[in-house]
Amino acid sequence: MSEYKQIIRQFFSRFFRTDELGDADDVFAGGYVNSLFAIQLIAWLEKEFKIAIEDDDLQLANFSTIDAIAQMLGRKQGVVVAA
Amino acid sequence: MSSNALLAELEKDREERRARSVKVVVWDLDHTIWDGVLLEDEAVALIPGVVDVIQELDRRGILQSISSKNDHATAMAKLAAFGIAEYFLYPQINWGSKAASVKAIATAINVGIDSIAFIDDQSFEREEVAYSHPDVLCVDATEFDAILERNEFIPRFVTDESKSRRLMYLSDIQRNEVEEKFEGPKEDFLATLGLQLTLGKATENDLQRAEELTKRTHQLNTTGRTYSYDELKAIMESPDHELLIAGLEDRFGTYGKIGLCLLERAPKYWTVKLLLMSCRVMSRGVGTIIINYLVTEANKAGVRLRAEFIRTDRNRMMYITYRFSHFQDLGEFDGVSLLENECSVVSDYPAYASVHIVNGMGCRQEAFA
Repeated sequence: MSEYKQIIRQFFSRFFRTDELGDADDVFAGGYVNSLFAIQLIAWLEKEFKIAIEDDDLQLANFSTIDAIAQMLGRKQGVVVAA
Repeated sequence: MSSNALLAELEKDREERRARSVKVVVWDLDHTIWDGVLLEDEAVALIPGVVDVIQELDRRGILQSISSKNDHATAMAKLAAFGIAEYFLYPQINWGSKAASVKAIATAINVGIDSIAFIDDQSFEREEVAYSHPDVLCVDATEFDAILERNEFIPRFVTDESKSRRLMYLSDIQRNEVEEKFEGPKEDFLATLGLQLTLGKATENDLQRAEELTKRTHQLNTTGRTYSYDELKAIMESPDHELLIAGLEDRFGTYGKIGLCLLERAPKYWTVKLLLMSCRVMSRGVGTIIINYLVTEANKAGVRLRAEFIRTDRNRMMYITYRFSHFQDLGEFDGVSLLENECSVVSDYPAYASVHIVNGMGCRQEAFA
């Protein structure tokens, strides 16, 4: 599942610097949050990983770290992801 | 039908016509703006009165563009020679279909196709556009000088934003060009803009623009509720409400007043009844900054922040913005979702923007009289 994390990191790098961002670091702590980014992230995850993100999934905790996103994807696809 | 019912019908019709307001006029060139075919006669002259109409539409804040089957460079040079080239955003001068050009303009300016009017002297061009886009208002070029009197072309207010709308779009085009060429993450690009956000209580001078924002903004709008000038004035003056307005500028120029927030204060909860932003600032983090400000103030006042959300087919972005700003969904009541933020986490403003609170919620009105 580490390829998931790699792909997610690549996506984030289009928006902000990820050189120092660990897989467990808060993605939003740097202050880069805007409506366009939020919807692009959701739309990208849905398309790239062929999943549907429901309102109930929109907990910040599911998106705040690369680890958390990979785990949510794993849950959605029925795969266990090591933290 | 009784006369009262008839009057009501008439009023409704008028409302509908007013609601269908034209935001962009797309002009043909040959036999529409000038009196011949440019490629056959280089010495074409402007149709008398056409420049007056173009300038008046511009003053009213109605944007304009071109759809013409012509050679791009030759036609643009002619428009420049007439001194009117700068009135037209994203001119589509090519040999493709006009239906495609009209669509391209709507996409580039980011308006609905139903807010476009298309003026052309050739009936088959109007029919082609009308066939592909039934909601486009097609006008015969011979009737160009009558459009200024038509309701669809008369905005309810002409605000400062209307008068400088074209210039704001022009600076947007410059910004977008620079952004497209920018190599590196989006956040680094934002940092180059020198964004300045001003946020504070609306004053009476802001109310026309505030009404316009509630009517024109659909995507970045949490409830889609529209408010009239008088309703907004009452809210502004109510001790239990706050009406906040946000303006944004950067090194390319001003974006104008682009955000609005309507807050209802109760002893334990403050409720955001409406939060909206112009879609021109979709990637600037304005919503997050306003939410941060509200959370900060609610935290100081020791209350929780609630937000109402009414789902439309276009505003999911705002739902996600709330959820990503620590709002929990408490459920839906009569079609209105209620979200809540405990206001225990107060986030910093993003580093790429400087935020100026002018006449903020904590300020007493007298201090600014």
